[in-house]
Amino acid sequence: MIVLTPLKKFQFPIYAECITPEFFEGKTIAELAELSVYEGNKQKKLGDIFKIEQDPAETPNITINGDVSEVRRIGIRMKKGEIVINGNAGMHLGEKMSGGKITVNGDAGGWTGSDMKGGLIEIHGNGSDYLASPYRGSSTGMRGGLIVVDGSVGADSAINMHGGVIKIKGGAGQFLGFGMDDGTIYVKAQTGTRAGACMKGGKIILAGTIEEVLPTFTIDSIKPKVKVDENETATGPFYVFLGDRAEKGTGKIFVAKANNPQLNTYEKFL
Amino acid sequence: MTELLIKNGFVFDPINGINGEKMDIAIKNGKIVEKIHEHHGKTIDATGLTIMPGGVDIHTHVAGGEVNMGRIVRPEDHVKDVVAKTPLTRSGVGYSIPSTFVTGYRYSQMGYTTVMNPSMAPLEAKHTHEELNDIPLLDKATYPLIGDWWFVLEYLRKGDLEGCARHVAWMLETTKGYAIKIVNPGGLESWGFGRNVHSIDDEVPNFCITPREIIVGLAKVNKMLNLPHTIHLHTNNLGIPGNYATTLETMKALESVPSDGKPVGHITHLQFSSFGGDGWGNMCSAAEEISKYINAHSHMTFDMGQIIFTDTTTMTADGPFEYTLYQLSGHKWVNSDVETETSGGIIPFHYKKNNAVNATQWSIGLELALMITDPWKMFMTTDHPNGGPFFAYPKIVAWLISNKARMATLKKCHKKAQKKSLLTSINRELSLYELAIVTRAGQAKALGLKNKGHLGVGADADIAIYNINPETIDIARKYKTVRRAFGKAAYTIKDGKIVVKDGEVVQHADGRTMWVDVETTEKLQVDEEMKLKFRQYWTVEFDNYPVLDHYVKVKDPITVKASI
Repeated sequence: MIVLTPLKKFQFPIYAECITPEFFEGKTIAELAELSVYEGNKQKKLGDIFKIEQDPAETPNITINGDVSEVRRIGIRMKKGEIVINGNAGMHLGEKMSGGKITVNGDAGGWTGSDMKGGLIEIHGNGSDYLASPYRGSSTGMRGGLIVVDGSVGADSAINMHGGVIKIKGGAGQFLGFGMDDGTIYVKAQTGTRAGACMKGGKIILAGTIEEVLPTFTIDSIKPKVKVDENETATGPFYVFLGDRAEKGTGKIFVAKANNPQLNTYEKFL
Repeated sequence: MTELLIKNGFVFDPINGINGEKMDIAIKNGKIVEKIHEHHGKTIDATGLTIMPGGVDIHTHVAGGEVNMGRIVRPEDHVKDVVAKTPLTRSGVGYSIPSTFVTGYRYSQMGYTTVMNPSMAPLEAKHTHEELNDIPLLDKATYPLIGDWWFVLEYLRKGDLEGCARHVAWMLETTKGYAIKIVNPGGLESWGFGRNVHSIDDEVPNFCITPREIIVGLAKVNKMLNLPHTIHLHTNNLGIPGNYATTLETMKALESVPSDGKPVGHITHLQFSSFGGDGWGNMCSAAEEISKYINAHSHMTFDMGQIIFTDTTTMTADGPFEYTLYQLSGHKWVNSDVETETSGGIIPFHYKKNNAVNATQWSIGLELALMITDPWKMFMTTDHPNGGPFFAYPKIVAWLISNKARMATLKKCHKKAQKKSLLTSINRELSLYELAIVTRAGQAKALGLKNKGHLGVGADADIAIYNINPETIDIARKYKTVRRAFGKAAYTIKDGKIVVKDGEVVQHADGRTMWVDVETTEKLQVDEEMKLKFRQYWTVEFDNYPVLDHYVKVKDPITVKASI
């Protein structure tokens, strides 16, 4: 196991694409210290930014102790292994990852799990905006894997999602699952408006509250429970909305009946 | 100005009939000369290298409103291809719609020195010229879209060809254009009302005129004005299965235009106009029918519009076609209504080998290029970025010169497309001489560029030197070597300056912007009626309309004398 500790409080964003288990594998401490990172627009070495130590424990492959909320692209393209961050993580954490596990014992920055294809990201604090959303303009977002957030996430999360599962134990901001095509999003607390706008497929399960469902969704039925993934089932009852009809979509939004009495006017359409 | 001597290379100069002879080329003041004193200037030892005139691209969307709109809607396209600055070159981005500077660098790195921007809405002429000014290392020109221009439609309806010619002459001067571009004639005007034309004899709403009359009329106007290039035509029904019939009709219609041995029309991106079948399910190649006609006639020239299997951006003034593409792909779509002039649309598109239609399109482009026997008629383009980005040209070079390369790609294509492809029955492999025709000499000739595309005395010293030794390698077998060589030119020389060496830009140079200045006996009088029309139907005041001379950074007007 490699242990990284920030040497200072970072003033500029650090781009550290090298912090992945694959990149670290088989390298000595001295070699790791030579890896290239960017601090602002200056090229630096990993050893200039972090104290690098070897720990005899086998897992996780990389542990980061301290606040790295200015360090971006940790775990980019990782395929295997495990990273544990004891502190806040920066933007683009686990971008394009296709396997392995990242645990954040703190908050994570924007675009966490962007373009993710597989693997697991666990955030024990809050997520931020653009969780699991792809680069701007891209029509394919998260395609697989699992993201679990203990806290809340910001706006525009899971845009254009094409697969995988996101579980949020707190709340979510506006435009959750915009344009999603497939996959599952499960939110336990309050969700902002316009959830599922332009969605074409997939399901959004809202166990908490939501002010309103977009008018381009139609109510389909009331279901007592809904499956989130192999290990978890959410119990309702839930209103099931179909849409986004403006996009001829067949996505489903499940909204908890008990927490959203303002939606019971829809029942007359059943 | 410096002198330069290129010694001992294998020269391929089809316009002057030179096929791989070992020769020296002397350059003085940016022009090719008979000889210079060897010790005066610099010498390039080109022993074992191939020398060709600088590449000419007859059709590539590199500047203008559409291109820029494409850039705006595709940030995800740029992020995967970021170009850092160097002490000499500017930073920028690719991929399918590169920024202006990167466009110049990448063309030059492949040995190209002249490019033609084929679609400029007159309303966006100033913008287009601003972008062209920013494209370094290349000479360029642009074709205004005139096929659906209201004034032209009105002149043609009245049958007033001379008036139309004078108007077109004024348009070329006003927009600093080089040739008459016609896109889906009549269709773009119809698109203003949500409609399209489906054959060359459909009537255009409100104008009582047919696409046939527009095409033939403008071809005649083109002749009257003695323009260096012919009309540059994007056919009706482009990209629709079964459209080859329309293409044949169009070519037959142009037979009626009097020709003095010279071509009277250029159909661009022919691949997109050669679909057989009657639906996407049974869409197939009509390369056989098209090439049979072309081989029997000589009144037209063509370019390929080859597709490359990659994620690219389609952009054309053919708004209705882009709408069709939007319905097929469901991708993000931009529709731009260019007032009374034309239309425009943009859709990102990913050509995939395992898609039967895309794979068939790939096959059609190559079938056409190989089945049209005369290389002076059919030129290499991708209709950048519609078929794929221009820096994929080396791939097309490999497919053209090597059956082995074609089979290697065909093997990976959709089974249905493989079965239908005619490529398995074509053994033709282009020689370096023919390659020089389809990538530079033929294009320069079709464009009427007297000083480009050849290495005779007096020509512009635009030269590409490639690391290929035709004596030692069999290009068809070693197609990968050729592909590499065409991707990174050993030297690119622009106006006598070495701008690229070993595939890297080593010197900055501004290219010239060419346009035609037509001298007619009687100039078009811009009368009050015309200005009133502008006031009524345009959002731009007439006085703000013309592209004035100071807009063009390096000016290169070409004066032609019209016969009216």
